[in-house]
Amino acid sequence: MTPPPFQALLDAHSVDVYRFLVASVGPVDADDCFQDTWIAALRAYPRLKSADNLRAWLLRIAQRKAIDSQRARARRAVPSDSLPEAAAAPAADGEPELWAALRRLPHKQRAAVFCRLVIGMPYAELAELLDCSQAAARRSAHEGLKKLREEWT
Amino acid sequence: MTDMQTALRGAAGTLPGPPPELERRLARRATEEGLVDVAYAAVDSPVGRLTVAGTKRGLVLVGYGPHEPLVERLAERLSPRVLEAPARLDDARRELDEYFEGRRRDFELPLDWSLARGFSQRVLRATAAIPFGEVSTYAGVAARAGSPRAVRAAGNALGSNPLPVVVPCHRVLRTGGGLGGYTGGLDKKEYLLRLEGVLL
Repeated sequence: MTPPPFQALLDAHSVDVYRFLVASVGPVDADDCFQDTWIAALRAYPRLKSADNLRAWLLRIAQRKAIDSQRARARRAVPSDSLPEAAAAPAADGEPELWAALRRLPHKQRAAVFCRLVIGMPYAELAELLDCSQAAARRSAHEGLKKLREEWT
Repeated sequence: MTDMQTALRGAAGTLPGPPPELERRLARRATEEGLVDVAYAAVDSPVGRLTVAGTKRGLVLVGYGPHEPLVERLAERLSPRVLEAPARLDDARRELDEYFEGRRRDFELPLDWSLARGFSQRVLRATAAIPFGEVSTYAGVAARAGSPRAVRAAGNALGSNPLPVVVPCHRVLRTGGGLGGYTGGLDKKEYLLRLEGVLL
């Protein structure tokens, strides 16, 4: 099967990818992660074996870019009382405290909670994204949600 | 858990989508890094909205009608790395605008003939040599393509011209003066021939 035109992927999934990144790294770093995600996807696209589960494939790349970005930010970080994104872009992400709590979850749980509960991704697709079994994907979503609830309330 | 679900869904509704500027920057960066095999853009014209597409070699497609099937064809025939990148097609858009405004008689764009092969390509190259304001016949271009008797095949090649307007298949008429056919619709062929002063 021929993969769809890359622009069709961008049209279909750019909102999910962008929101995932804003939730994962905050509105300031999301822009660069968004660019890096799509550039990496475009680079790998001709070698893609299967055109199934393209959304999961894209979000997996986005997750890697989010992790890279957080590591880079941690290396650059100077001690501070306020979150830089909160100061730079007030309310750009609606519920900054909720997303900040989500950002403190381990990567896998964070992606599971976002994809399952925010964009309603089926467990089969989530398993693809997390590269694990459906049962494990379900566990990640549940554990993440439980932890988030404890943190946030 | 539903309280948390409701909170997450509600908060997600307030998350912004990607700003349009971000996607434009992405198209620019992808182009700079050489990752866009086929770029396309829309051009408004008196004969309707056109989709124009280019590769690194040159203009590869001018298409009438909805852009989705055209873009899918580009992905299948050329490369799936197809991106809307209007800046890459500035020259094509400018030359087409000038042509439709009556300020341009010849296109100077480099062309990529990938979507036409063999005899079809020879017919189209012969067609590209017909000057502005002049006409030829299906038999005439068949002969110039090296097969004087392949008149029907020449008609088919022109009917599937991937570069209408720029490769002027509208300048090819039936022997005896009938207009013949046109992929985009005969009204468009008439419009173009009127623009060039062939029809009154």
